[in-house]
Amino acid sequence: MGILVIAEHDGAEVKPHTLNTVAAAQAAGGDITVAVIGSGCKAAADAAAKIAGVSKVLVADSAEYDNQMAEAVAPAIVKMADGYDAVMAPANTFGKNVMPRVAALMDVQQISEVSAVLGDKTYERPIYAGNAIATVKSVEQVDVLTVRMTSFDAVAAEGGSAAIEEVGGTGGQDLSSYVGQSVTESDRPELTSAKIVISGGRGMQSGDNFAMLERVADKLGAAVGASRAAVDAGFVPNDYQVGQTGKVVAPDLYIAVGISGAIQHLAGMKDSKVIVAINKDDEAPIFQVADYGLVADLFEAVPALEAELG
Amino acid sequence: MKVLVPVKRVVDYNVKIRVKADQTGVETANVKMSMNPFDEIAVEQAVRMKEAGQAEEVIAVSIGPQQSQETIRTALAMGADRGILVQHDGEVEPLAVAKILKAVAEAEGPGVVLCGKQAIDDDANQTAQMLSALLGWPQATFVSKLEIGDGEATATREVDGGLETIKVKLPAVCSVDLRLNEPRYASLPNIMKAKKKPIDTKTPADLGVDPTPRLQTVKVVEPPPRQAGVKVADVAELVAKLRNEAKVIG
Ligand SMILES: Cc1cc2nc3c(=O)[nH]c(=O)nc-3n(C[C@H](O)[C@H](O)[C@H](O)COP(=O)(O)OP(=O)(O)OC[C@H]3O[C@@H](n4cnc5c(N)ncnc54)[C@H](O)[C@@H]3O)c2cc1C
Repeated sequence: MGILVIAEHDGAEVKPHTLNTVAAAQAAGGDITVAVIGSGCKAAADAAAKIAGVSKVLVADSAEYDNQMAEAVAPAIVKMADGYDAVMAPANTFGKNVMPRVAALMDVQQISEVSAVLGDKTYERPIYAGNAIATVKSVEQVDVLTVRMTSFDAVAAEGGSAAIEEVGGTGGQDLSSYVGQSVTESDRPELTSAKIVISGGRGMQSGDNFAMLERVADKLGAAVGASRAAVDAGFVPNDYQVGQTGKVVAPDLYIAVGISGAIQHLAGMKDSKVIVAINKDDEAPIFQVADYGLVADLFEAVPALEAELG
Repeated sequence: MKVLVPVKRVVDYNVKIRVKADQTGVETANVKMSMNPFDEIAVEQAVRMKEAGQAEEVIAVSIGPQQSQETIRTALAMGADRGILVQHDGEVEPLAVAKILKAVAEAEGPGVVLCGKQAIDDDANQTAQMLSALLGWPQATFVSKLEIGDGEATATREVDGGLETIKVKLPAVCSVDLRLNEPRYASLPNIMKAKKKPIDTKTPADLGVDPTPRLQTVKVVEPPPRQAGVKVADVAELVAKLRNEAKVIG
């Protein structure tokens, strides 16, 4: 009995969202096992064994898990899940892609984006873009969950010394294959784990103008995000999008610049500790959630902000 | 080939929802309902495939109450050829939806099933992945670009780090993301034409599926409201407050 956490990793390292997921598993109680599934992922398994609070690491290191295609990885998770109370993965594009496939193979109704673990197989999750919070109780043998990372503080990446157990592969598949990726390179902190986020919307008018936000971000050690409108307009890449269908962030400080505050955007940032809005329209809905609102033209306010930060 | 497009009737994305006083769910009576925005993108993609000669027939299927017919009509007005309504009052969870769609897919034999990546009511993001698992087909999720080739499709996926490209064998299940296309508005003549297109009605039982929910909803509540804050006069006051009052910057 216990919880099986599916690690997100790149072969060498375990990704930070795994640590939030382990925290959710701790809230559920019981022994925690971390599953590392990949091709050439021994180093990631070693890293997983050091995570605080983890008692066992199951590693399936086999060629069929190259690039972690859902068609190959899901059967491996199903095999490992036997006997656990729950299987959890982060509710990011990794977990969202693979976990429903696992749930269906197990004939389990998954619970997505769990934001609180209440015990007794009962969980909270946001619905309707976070405008309602549902409490649901599972009656499944094994609960299959994705976990909203911002709702659980990451456990320490070091301090544990779990036993590592190797398990065999589950066989190749020829349904899907990996072609390539185009990754947005940045020296700034990752959007979902940054302490400060500064986001731009349609009001930024162009991709070039995002350089203004980047300069402020660099002074604050912040990540840069965006509204859907800014992404759709091609100002910034898709992975900048904050919101119902983008990333969910909850930093100490969120600065929304030229963003109106549509519910779909608020869904991704309204749990931030302090929210600042800079908008020239004093009726913009973003001011209803902002702790500090500045009604101003962003093309004056943002350079002034950069200067004021010294 | 045929393209199957599941379409869900949901509370319109512009509506500010209200939680029911008895905490059993969200008020949907007398509220504007529309097709789930992601499903519109899926319908648009299917119709474009037909226009490009890649698909012969586009079938829209909806699972829900009688009024889901309207959602199917919207898809027909956008260019889908016929509809299937699997009628059921009350909630149908993603796993049951996937089982119903599996039965429909087995009867129809589509080359591609195009789903929206999530429904904006339950925000579950599960159906496409579950359906492909049940069918034993490949999945391409969160797709922002889709090219149909000979017996396979190349899909660009929106992932946390940027974009990822994969190939899937056909038949396959895809879940579409916002930037795949911009859905058209149905023209008045097409809305009239859609009224004559056939819609077949079935029940979950006809398809051998029991749609009884598996999860128990204990309660549905509003999130704690966020208190509106203050307006600051200028950037200097803003920075001073962030430093001295909120203490979130150094
Ligand atoms: C299914 C669905 C999912 C969605 N998911 C998301 C999501 O995940 N994330 C998301 O963000 N949106 C999402 N949206 C879109 C959302 O509804 C809004 O359309 C979007 O958030 C608007 O972006 P915006 O605030 O940048 O643009 P707008 O609403 O156009 O607002 C621009 C703001 O900039 C201000 N402005 C303009 N010029 C200046 C200036 N010079 N100085 C100061 N202020 C200025 C204006 O006053 C205005 O308030 C979704 C929509 C749908 C239907």
